[in-house]
Amino acid sequence: MPKLSPTMEEGQISRWLKAEGDEIEANETIAEVDTDKATMEMTSLEAGTLLKIIVPGGENAKLGQTIGILGKKGEDFSALLDEATASNGSKSEPPAVADGSKTEESAPKETPKAETAETGGRSYDEQRPEAKADAKDQKPKTEDQPSNGRMIVSPIAARMAAENGIDLKTLKGSGPGGRIIKRDIEEAMAGGKVEVIEEISASPKSEIQNPKLEGASAYREENTSRMRQVIASRLAESIGPIPTFYLTVEIEMDAALEFRKQINASIPEADKVSVNDIIVKVTAQALTKHAWANASYQDKTIRFYEDADIGVAVAIEDGLITPVIRAANRKGIVEISKEIKEKAVRAREKKLQPEEYTGATFSISNLGMFGIKEFTAIINPPEAGIFAVGAATPTPVVRNGEIVVRQIMNVTMSCDHRVIDGATGAKFLQTFKQMLENPILMLM
Amino acid sequence: MAEMTIRDALNAALREELIRDENVFIMGEEVAEYDGAYKVTRGLWKEFGDKRVVDSPITELGFAALGVGAAMAGLRPVIEFMTFNFSILAADQIINHAAKMLYMSGGQFNVPIVFRGPNGSAFQVSSQHSQALEAFYANFPGLKVVMPSTAADAKGLLKSSIRDNNPVVFLEQETMYGMKSEVPEDEDFLIPLGVADVKREGSDCTIVARSFTVPQALKAAEIIKSEYDVSVEVVDPRTIKPLDIDTITASVKKTNRLVIAEESHSFASVGAEISHQVMENAFDYLDAPIKRISTVEAPMPYARNLEVAALPSVEKIVAAVKEVCYL
Repeated sequence: MPKLSPTMEEGQISRWLKAEGDEIEANETIAEVDTDKATMEMTSLEAGTLLKIIVPGGENAKLGQTIGILGKKGEDFSALLDEATASNGSKSEPPAVADGSKTEESAPKETPKAETAETGGRSYDEQRPEAKADAKDQKPKTEDQPSNGRMIVSPIAARMAAENGIDLKTLKGSGPGGRIIKRDIEEAMAGGKVEVIEEISASPKSEIQNPKLEGASAYREENTSRMRQVIASRLAESIGPIPTFYLTVEIEMDAALEFRKQINASIPEADKVSVNDIIVKVTAQALTKHAWANASYQDKTIRFYEDADIGVAVAIEDGLITPVIRAANRKGIVEISKEIKEKAVRAREKKLQPEEYTGATFSISNLGMFGIKEFTAIINPPEAGIFAVGAATPTPVVRNGEIVVRQIMNVTMSCDHRVIDGATGAKFLQTFKQMLENPILMLM
Repeated sequence: MAEMTIRDALNAALREELIRDENVFIMGEEVAEYDGAYKVTRGLWKEFGDKRVVDSPITELGFAALGVGAAMAGLRPVIEFMTFNFSILAADQIINHAAKMLYMSGGQFNVPIVFRGPNGSAFQVSSQHSQALEAFYANFPGLKVVMPSTAADAKGLLKSSIRDNNPVVFLEQETMYGMKSEVPEDEDFLIPLGVADVKREGSDCTIVARSFTVPQALKAAEIIKSEYDVSVEVVDPRTIKPLDIDTITASVKKTNRLVIAEESHSFASVGAEISHQVMENAFDYLDAPIKRISTVEAPMPYARNLEVAALPSVEKIVAAVKEVCYL
């Protein structure tokens, strides 16, 4: 299982596009893999014959785990299979007894051992010499059979889970055959490395449940998706070790709105830019003038970025993702606008490639369209800052001693204090404000 | 306290009981003038004479029957089998007479008899002389079955067995006769039948071992502790029947994992019985299937290397503990 996204620790084989025995070209797509963020296409690095699928569709594999064997047609891969099943998990699965259901192509006569080897074996088996013996002599061990969806839980683990309100469905067992054992429950209770079953898409809507406390609201529980987990861990990572402070600025948006109107009057309907597109552009421009805001704390060093790669938070059905507009400082507003539209569509379809949603230097979260006036956003490390953009609303303000109505928009910047100091942030915001209030300054 | 071998502890128990109760007598092949095949009865014939320490002909069924009759008449015979493999010849007396008499006489006749001798393997005595018969005897109601693993247990349990009013099958182990440990010298030092002993306290895994496998289990526990920092508890039931399942269950409830090590074959063994009872009493506490280490299902080979391979060992017990602890 290759690393298909920067935060990926395991992947679920969504489906195999090749069957055992199929010839594969180098760089040919052989399977689709659900990672923490997206469904990725996995390509083969080499040409050859897919001799064996070890991790079938629908099952998870950790990084580096053997998911299949590629080789020459007719090659004896039994040693590789043993190695793979021995290292793939805790319990190796002796190949099942041949029962006549041979896969014709993948198992030519000279490689009888692998003929009907069961897939997905987990094994704990170094001390069991018989596991390495010839398949013909073996009977499959019941405990090693794929669990067919049936949950295997040791009695004490089941009892502890019940007593502590732990949903066994959210756990993955570390015992033989995926058995959930006491250790797994203890780790879950300690909040340790709970391996949650992949549920990115199509998580079935669960039943509404009644709370134990009478009168309290009913609720339903859904399994935590892999993405939600990543969001949680990343954001907790952020609010925990990152000393964050917040700066809010009021921006008069009338000029920016007029600016937008002028742009949109001169371009086709489909290309029309949004206020947010302008904010992205202005942010990028302002960042180029304030190196400390376009930086990242790297423990021993501070990393200053040449370009402003802006992450734009996009809400999708079961979470959020931040497509990155690379070098937004060097792109025009219309170009930025097109790119955001296109990436947002693919984000909702979970088609974004990892490099398209990671590695921003600064992020923008805009909840203006929801009527949110002002809020704070959480920094996506290792970025040093994020804008929380509220709605522009007509507001009475005093200009030259007169009360006038202006479109006022509040922007709150979350700053990583390890890089950005109060004054640094304030100066950056000042530039940002000036540019939005006088878009012509962007040319300077 | 005095340090002594299991052999001497048994000898002390016999001697003390011979002194304490004139109804106690010893009978068996070469127990008197030859001091016993394994010297358990050393010096007793000289001290107590022909009436109390009796050499029998090589007739197991005959002298076992004499013992049963004497017990019915009020004496307290201690019948020695040179090895318990020979007790198979006397099985009819032990199983059909000693074990049944109280029941079939409507409570008229107690049979306060002890059948004792070495059980299990020795050093290359091959198929017919290496059998561990505790499951065989424990299967019949009316018999108590005792298996000491230390000198103190040997002494305290043998004295209790001799004083018990029911037939007791007292199973020693030839290879363990020379093992030394501290033994109380008090002549009323008794260990009640039916009480298990926690030989080593631990929190992560229980090994139930008896007789031959107790020293192995203790060694295995040390290895597991030092190599994996996993804490193993070793429980020695000491009496197979009646079985102190409560102590075993309490231990398993604490550790959640159980390995049973025994010298007998595995099929229908005492370990199988313990495994079942633990399942009944502590099912909800188990974190892994119970693992048994037994002698392989084959007649004992004569060749030393094969004999070693057939028997339980420290290594096999370590492997079993690792398996149930998912190490």
